[in-house]
Amino acid sequence: MRPADASAESFASYPPQARAFAVQHLAAIQKLPAAFAALLIKQVIQYDWLFPAERKDLEDQFAYLESLTSADLERSMRGFAAASPSPALRRIDWIQRPEEYVEAFTADLWSGHHMDSFRATAEAYTAAWRKAFPESEPPAPRLAVVVLGRDLRADGYPLFRKLAPHGVRIAQVDGNGAWARILEVAAARAGKTPVPYGHWYIDGGSPPFSIDARLSAVTWMQLAPVRTAMLSRMQTVIASGHGGPEELRTLMAETTLKEVGMAADARDEVLSRFQLSVLAEGSGTQIFSTTFVQWTAREALRRAQPCTLLLRYAPRQRQLPMNELLAGTGDRNAPDPQGSLIDADMGAYYTWIDQRRLTGAEQATFVAWSEAHGQAVVVGPNAPRGTTTENAMTMRQVFEQFV
Amino acid sequence: MHLPGTPGAISWNRREFLRNAAKVGASGALLGFSPLRAAAVPRRKKAVVVTFGGGARDEETFAPEGQENIPGMLSVLIPQSTFYTQVVNHGILGHYVATASLATGVYETFDNFAAVPPHDPTVFEYFRKGLGRPATDAWVVAPSNGFNRIGESDHRGYGEGLGAGVILPKHLLRAAMPAAAGSDYGHLLRDNYEDPYYTPELAGNEVQLQQLDQILRLSVGDFTQHALTLSSPDELSVYIARQLMRELAPSLLWITLHDIDIAHSGAYSLYIDGIRRSDRLCVQIWNTIQAEPEYRDCTTMFILPDFGRDADGDAGGNGFQHHRTGDALSRTTWMMVLGPGVRQGVAVDRPVDSLDLVPTLGSLLGFPAPLAQGKLLTEVL
Repeated sequence: MRPADASAESFASYPPQARAFAVQHLAAIQKLPAAFAALLIKQVIQYDWLFPAERKDLEDQFAYLESLTSADLERSMRGFAAASPSPALRRIDWIQRPEEYVEAFTADLWSGHHMDSFRATAEAYTAAWRKAFPESEPPAPRLAVVVLGRDLRADGYPLFRKLAPHGVRIAQVDGNGAWARILEVAAARAGKTPVPYGHWYIDGGSPPFSIDARLSAVTWMQLAPVRTAMLSRMQTVIASGHGGPEELRTLMAETTLKEVGMAADARDEVLSRFQLSVLAEGSGTQIFSTTFVQWTAREALRRAQPCTLLLRYAPRQRQLPMNELLAGTGDRNAPDPQGSLIDADMGAYYTWIDQRRLTGAEQATFVAWSEAHGQAVVVGPNAPRGTTTENAMTMRQVFEQFV
Repeated sequence: MHLPGTPGAISWNRREFLRNAAKVGASGALLGFSPLRAAAVPRRKKAVVVTFGGGARDEETFAPEGQENIPGMLSVLIPQSTFYTQVVNHGILGHYVATASLATGVYETFDNFAAVPPHDPTVFEYFRKGLGRPATDAWVVAPSNGFNRIGESDHRGYGEGLGAGVILPKHLLRAAMPAAAGSDYGHLLRDNYEDPYYTPELAGNEVQLQQLDQILRLSVGDFTQHALTLSSPDELSVYIARQLMRELAPSLLWITLHDIDIAHSGAYSLYIDGIRRSDRLCVQIWNTIQAEPEYRDCTTMFILPDFGRDADGDAGGNGFQHHRTGDALSRTTWMMVLGPGVRQGVAVDRPVDSLDLVPTLGSLLGFPAPLAQGKLLTEVL
């Protein structure tokens, strides 16, 4: 179906809020090229379960499109309309199966060598609508705290090598009372700025303390049954030998809560669906807890744009070498403290980069702390770049001085 | 603020740090060329091509902070090589289709995950047809089932019966190991890291388990026993490659390493382990070339990643984990060339194309590659 032929009935199967949103903006949708319409519809169909920040982005984007004259809209969409859809792509129902359409469209871009021009077009479009509708500043300066848990250790490993040049390295952090202080700070921020999905806690194991109910919490252990169900679903698909990877990836992305034994939490279906998406769409998130923490943090920052983000890395399982796997001598549940530390160090760096992508980056503060090694790094407006402090500090002092 | 790893940040210093890493001079400084190493004309030229399927980024290899991961390349290989600091891949960034493009000299456009042969003639077909070489003289050792069609195209003028034999060591190992134990190591032997769902049918020139003895003089028992001493599939690939070199001494041998691609799991430490292993294995392959009389002094070795991985600063990706954005870092990589007649300690800064490999191999070994679209890498000819 061409976007021009879409009608209110086309969206009848959508969840209620998504349907209402699509119908409200039907006139704008009808004027878009199919590929661009599918990219937007992929978001619209999820509207009922989007975070507030995502909803606002979507609303702003339609407001921008609807504000353009016909000539400006045509100019803005020219690049998107340039790549003519392949016959296979035309057969996909972009309204009902936008995920599949976008997947196939991406494959077309690669095979037709249009990816570079599409990137340029998309960047130009984003810059234009962001100029017209700037992103909101956060309600409070953002803070991210990444803790490399006490079981992550490696002798001689140069911790925080990528982060340290951007802030202050603290050579000795007293672990006593450190967690209590971090949790106090997170809870206080959630109390002071009570925005929905504005404050998060993500754990790569099982949290060794209770989590303030005002934080949106996602933990590796809590999702263990879902991970098992997800891996089993993947194995079934692999063993069947049917279907290409795109089809299978779409199938995973379209996995429902029920299919992996996840009860739709009436109190917070948005969070339940977010958790499912981390496991269904993330690569390696079902297998390695370190990947799970990094990817969950990335997605939380990208989608929910929180003010407060608190992460704890725990050891991931060891990747057995081939000889141990073949001989059946390896313990697949054994932890890998060294590898986990390296993963988490890189993960912390990526979380800092992802935090920097959001508004208010100049006022944002980032803290990474290794419990086992007693070292920390703080990046932010109060943390002098490229410096080191050798004095022993408590976490309270770290927060008072640099955050 | 300038996010690290953005294209702007890459371009300004890429060549500089690669040159520093290699501690070699720019190719413009012709007076810096070393004397030709092989004074005598080689009796019969051979070529060994090693690609890293599962590309590695500069940051983890030749950038200052990455050099600790490639001690073998820095201390052993680079000083003996002509080093191209910018090899740009303009094609699809999927491992099979990209490696097929390297092998045909044409940017192939088929679905990366489809079990199809390249549509343009491969270097193996050019080589065999052009020089009238037998099937035993061109081989591919590749990591996964998806590569089983890489030895031979479906091009009408070349194609069937003119390609290379393909050995898929993981496939052989899966066939050799007791079925009951399969589930314990299934994930290790699964097809690839990029897409764990992909389980293609085999239908190419690949060697089957029962041919091991006939081709490599290797019993299934010895093969599995040796596999039990190795820590990774790439080590198994190199073991097979060395066996091939001893038994058949092919003139054209193509080895694709793939351990690095575990990066798709998101575990940075495992990605680094893969790079360090590839570094060690490249030195091992070079040492084998020097140790085998059939190869010593007549073999040119090419080492290149098929492409890079996404930059940390590209919002569309997740850094090292994938190669999906098509950004500058994921498209730009390097190549080193070593062997008799190849100038040592030279860095070539001009950008070259991934497609340039095939015509260069053709010129080096003396066969035409009429449909390949790359240009000659004159610095190594």
